[in-house]
Amino acid sequence: MGGYILKRLISAIPVLLGITIIVFLIMSLIPGDPATAILGSYATPENVEKLNRDLGLDKPMVQRYFIWLGNMLTGDFGRSFSLNRPVIDEVLERFNATLILAGTAFVLCSVLGILAGVVSAARQYGFADKAITFVVLIGISVPSFFLGMMMILLFAVNLRWLPVSGMYAIYGGGDLPDLLNHLVMPALALAAVATGVIARLSRSAMLEVLRQDFIRTARAKGVPERRVIMGHALRAAMVSIIPVLGIQAGFVLSGAVYIEIVFQWPGVGRMLVDAILKRDLLLVQGGVVFVAACYVLFNIAVDVAQSLLDPRIKT
Amino acid sequence: MSAFLRLLFRNRLAALGAVVLAVIVILVLIIPVLPLQNPDATATANRFQKPFSAGHPLGTDHLGRDLLSRLLHGTRLSLAVGIAAAIIAATIGSAIGIVAGYFGGRTDNVIMRLVDMLMAFPYILLALAIVAALGPGLMNALIAVAAVNVPFFARNIRGITVGLAGREFIDAARLAGMGHTRIILTELLPNVLPVIVIAMSTTVGWMILETAGLSFLGLGSQPPQADLGSMLGEARSAMISHPHTSIVPGIMIFLIVMSINLLGDGVRDALDPRLRSGALSRPRATTLVRRSGDIPAPTDDLLAIRDLQTQFHVGRHIYRAVGGVSLAVRPGECLGVIGESGSGKSVTALSVMGLVASPPGVITGGAVYFRGQDLIGAPYETLRQKRGDSVAYIFQDPLSTLHPLYRIGQQLAEAIRSHHGISRAEAHRRAVQLLKDVRIPNAESRVNDYPHEMSGGMRQRVGIAMALANEPDVIIADEPTTALDVTVQAQILSLLDDLRRERGLAIVFITHDFGVVAQLCDRVAVMYAGRIVEEGPTAAVLDAPAHPYTRRLIACVPELGGGRRELAAIPGLPPMVDALPPGCAFAPRCDKAQDSCRSGEIALTGTAPRAVRCLYPEEAV
Amino acid sequence: MPALKVDGLAKTFPLKKPLFGPARPGVRAVRPVSFQVETGETLGVVGESGCGKSTLARMLVGLLEPSEGTIEIAGKAQDTADPAAFGKLIQYVFQDPNSSLNPRKTIRQVMEAPLKRLHAMSGPDRDRRISEIFASVNLRDEFLGRYPHEFSGGQAQRIGIARALAADPRIIVLDEPVSALDVSVQAQVLNLLADLKSRFGLTYLFITHDLAVVEAVSDRIVVLYFGAVVEIGKAESIFANPRHPYTKLLADSAPVVGRPLTAPEQKGTELPDPLNPPPGCAFAGRCPRATDLCRVQDPDLKPMGEDQLAACHHPLEG
Repeated sequence: MGGYILKRLISAIPVLLGITIIVFLIMSLIPGDPATAILGSYATPENVEKLNRDLGLDKPMVQRYFIWLGNMLTGDFGRSFSLNRPVIDEVLERFNATLILAGTAFVLCSVLGILAGVVSAARQYGFADKAITFVVLIGISVPSFFLGMMMILLFAVNLRWLPVSGMYAIYGGGDLPDLLNHLVMPALALAAVATGVIARLSRSAMLEVLRQDFIRTARAKGVPERRVIMGHALRAAMVSIIPVLGIQAGFVLSGAVYIEIVFQWPGVGRMLVDAILKRDLLLVQGGVVFVAACYVLFNIAVDVAQSLLDPRIKT
Repeated sequence: MSAFLRLLFRNRLAALGAVVLAVIVILVLIIPVLPLQNPDATATANRFQKPFSAGHPLGTDHLGRDLLSRLLHGTRLSLAVGIAAAIIAATIGSAIGIVAGYFGGRTDNVIMRLVDMLMAFPYILLALAIVAALGPGLMNALIAVAAVNVPFFARNIRGITVGLAGREFIDAARLAGMGHTRIILTELLPNVLPVIVIAMSTTVGWMILETAGLSFLGLGSQPPQADLGSMLGEARSAMISHPHTSIVPGIMIFLIVMSINLLGDGVRDALDPRLRSGALSRPRATTLVRRSGDIPAPTDDLLAIRDLQTQFHVGRHIYRAVGGVSLAVRPGECLGVIGESGSGKSVTALSVMGLVASPPGVITGGAVYFRGQDLIGAPYETLRQKRGDSVAYIFQDPLSTLHPLYRIGQQLAEAIRSHHGISRAEAHRRAVQLLKDVRIPNAESRVNDYPHEMSGGMRQRVGIAMALANEPDVIIADEPTTALDVTVQAQILSLLDDLRRERGLAIVFITHDFGVVAQLCDRVAVMYAGRIVEEGPTAAVLDAPAHPYTRRLIACVPELGGGRRELAAIPGLPPMVDALPPGCAFAPRCDKAQDSCRSGEIALTGTAPRAVRCLYPEEAV
Repeated sequence: MPALKVDGLAKTFPLKKPLFGPARPGVRAVRPVSFQVETGETLGVVGESGCGKSTLARMLVGLLEPSEGTIEIAGKAQDTADPAAFGKLIQYVFQDPNSSLNPRKTIRQVMEAPLKRLHAMSGPDRDRRISEIFASVNLRDEFLGRYPHEFSGGQAQRIGIARALAADPRIIVLDEPVSALDVSVQAQVLNLLADLKSRFGLTYLFITHDLAVVEAVSDRIVVLYFGAVVEIGKAESIFANPRHPYTKLLADSAPVVGRPLTAPEQKGTELPDPLNPPPGCAFAGRCPRATDLCRVQDPDLKPMGEDQLAACHHPLEG
């Protein structure tokens, strides 16, 4: 098992390099002169030239890439001009907030989604199945940002059950209950779509598995139906559900951008949008590379989980 | 095509989706002729008018612009951009996927590595990076959304293509002299196209959402031009004081995406042949029973199947797979049931313990008595307690019938523990002993193997061990050696024969092979089109078959040692069991058939132990 | 001149090189195999799953590149460079009739492909030729407008045979052509194949796992085990009078009416690991006659008796 994890980690190195290359190439698509873009059209030529030198933009592209890569490896992601602080500090701080939000949403959507899918499949065409299918359909059709806004209107403005936005109360907050109080709505809004997708997939994976010969074998040897469903069928269905969890984690991370905007959550997504609108490209670059790298590592964990479940995967 | 549409609209939800979407599309198409106000004409005096106010059916926004007009214009823009993104992504992604999947090898490797790298990004990071580089704007948002979806299509279509490229019809096309381009365009593409359509119809809603999302963030359409996302984004600051400006575009996005999702699901179901016949419905824990008519009386046999009728109800078709079958076994006896595929022999066997998949299977008549107790229609728990404990099964393909993710020891122990409250350790010890009983070498270590780590013959031994686990009275073996090589088959058969003699087991042995029946079975029943046509002691039936079908079936099977020869083939095909002819089902293929064979019920007659269902038998029995 | 001559033909599937350590040797699916098929002959190839019989067939028809050895068709080395010329020499009938027909093409489109690509026939010529071929395989012309899923296995296999005939080849490789069919339909197809052979003067290479079938249709039979030929002999005598212990095991294992059930003598059932083949004879692990010599040295194919060859150090008495 240790060997397998090591193997997967090593095989992630080219992927991580690829990510940096892709980000670098996209960023070099920027039309015109980045320094002018940063400084605005009123900048003096001297300032532009100085900034170009500071950013290393006077050097050839390949060389620039390796300098950038080398700096990142030493933890230097550059300096954000709009915030006037090191990119890495800002990204780490913001990523922490995103991780709380997206992590909670991911756990929610995995548990709720699989549960709903299993119930739906086990009660196919029954009332529970129809109700779940209906809710799921709505869940995957509502834009998460609209859902978030409606939740604020209903639960925060009209019912006054929950705070409108933010991560902590401005006065007297900061402890865990306060955080949870603020977390409920954004986490639910963020989890909605992924829950729907996972529920649908779990349902069809279960239905597919329930038709397999080995389910008939289990029944033929007298295994109680509850165990057939929750043991034999769910275990086999997990083989196709787990990879989707990995993909959905990416979608949750993506959806967090909207939710962070709607709920004023101080996460990395909001930081990125602000950075784009301010043309703070180093911050965008650093944020994208950092989050993508974390996602790659997460997917390795998913692969390891899959190999623990399925002995047919060569470890 | 018309069949496709009919299927599509039979799905009521899909039809609903189609209607909603059609209304929306028609509305945005007739925008030029609608009496709409200029969507960008501001009138700050009239800002935030409520819906249903004069001149503004949906009210106005923060700049006093008419919301209805903006909504329809925005919808048109969102639909156009989302669909364009979907088409671009589908075209490029599918092309990449087909090329990678068809050529395989290094081409595939390089392309898929690149795709994997793109998929290593949470999609919005890539989209944000692209928009960051190209600058905010609707065209750039479109490019970003299309670009991040290309890898999804590429990977999906590649998977399908790899499966198709390995199919024999591609080899056949190559042997027919076709080149690569022609094979891709004329052989592969028509088969991949439905998948592309499905993938597109299930993702176009998603892409509309994504572009709306980028606009919502202010990275898509720029003022004064507005799509649904930017309308929502602009309305957000006034959400609490004037919620209608948010709700109007939000509901529209929801309606569009939901109707597209409903329609997309309908398209998928209509195009995917696996779903067409309701194949993806869950089989119940026991076969559905809907008996009509009298229930036959019990007999004193160990297991007696009495006038069993099992049908498959698929759409409007009723397949009478088993049309009134009676069989019985006594302790220690081996009964062979022989027939071709579709003769109903396996369905008969599975009906005994209610294991016929249902839907579509329904037991519509007859009874199955185990020690005088009727199992058909017995409550689930009664049946479950008998399954594996009194009557056990051995199935055909041991690779698919064993659970791939459990060790064989666990699967054996579970069979015992489902019926007997013994400890895990005791169950494990018994599992090892069972493996020894079926002569698996190194049972102590093999008990921890997974099924895929064993050879076919060893797996079938595990299947037999599992059937023996609770020392049942009857074992029903459904073609247990058909998937095995001939040298392995010989060993499995002799193992089964030894076990039944040692333990006094009754065996019902389903097969299509006369040689196997001759070697193993005491009695044999021959099935054709869901009915028994002949029954009797094995040697008597094989030496002097009474039914013309039996005689001719024996004659058309080549037998080892017979030398090179012309075979006496039976012309024609077995009948479909949803359209059985009246009278004898074999009459259309029989050279002795008379008019009397083609009308009315023909009874199974003869003096015990032999019986034949024929008016003009080859031998009097 | 033989219709088909195979000399030292072998196929090794390379394994992906592991991240660490040296490259592995690869899976030897077919070990060097030599035999020839005379014009007008039916050569049966029999073996169990994993013996390499399908790999062999795919190499013969050019769908797979051999790793070693040569294939000569009608005295000339196999040349797949021009598919149009090659397709006219040798054709292939697949095991699974439904998988070998494109589900989205009508039978007419399926039949036209070889006539167009290999013979460059014009439209009316093609229609006439298709009718001729369909008549010879007992199929009705009205089937031409239909799609493959509308046919039963036996009919689909006739269409597969018709397609092979459309190329007008000299040799047809039949890869388990009746294994997917029911016994009553199997006999129809076997008789049809015999009829076509005598009518068009074809040469068959008939691959199957079924001993009774191969005996009923072949002139000579090649027995494969673990990718290598273990015995070649006349169809009428090879199973009655086997020289190789594996051939005898096969013959004894086949269920035959009137023969009592006994597991034939052998030590195990496991095939050798193809990733790590044993030195010496591949059958030694299961062979009751194996000696130390067998475990060290792989026996060559040697003539034994009249028209029979076997690869065994300790052959059975003739």
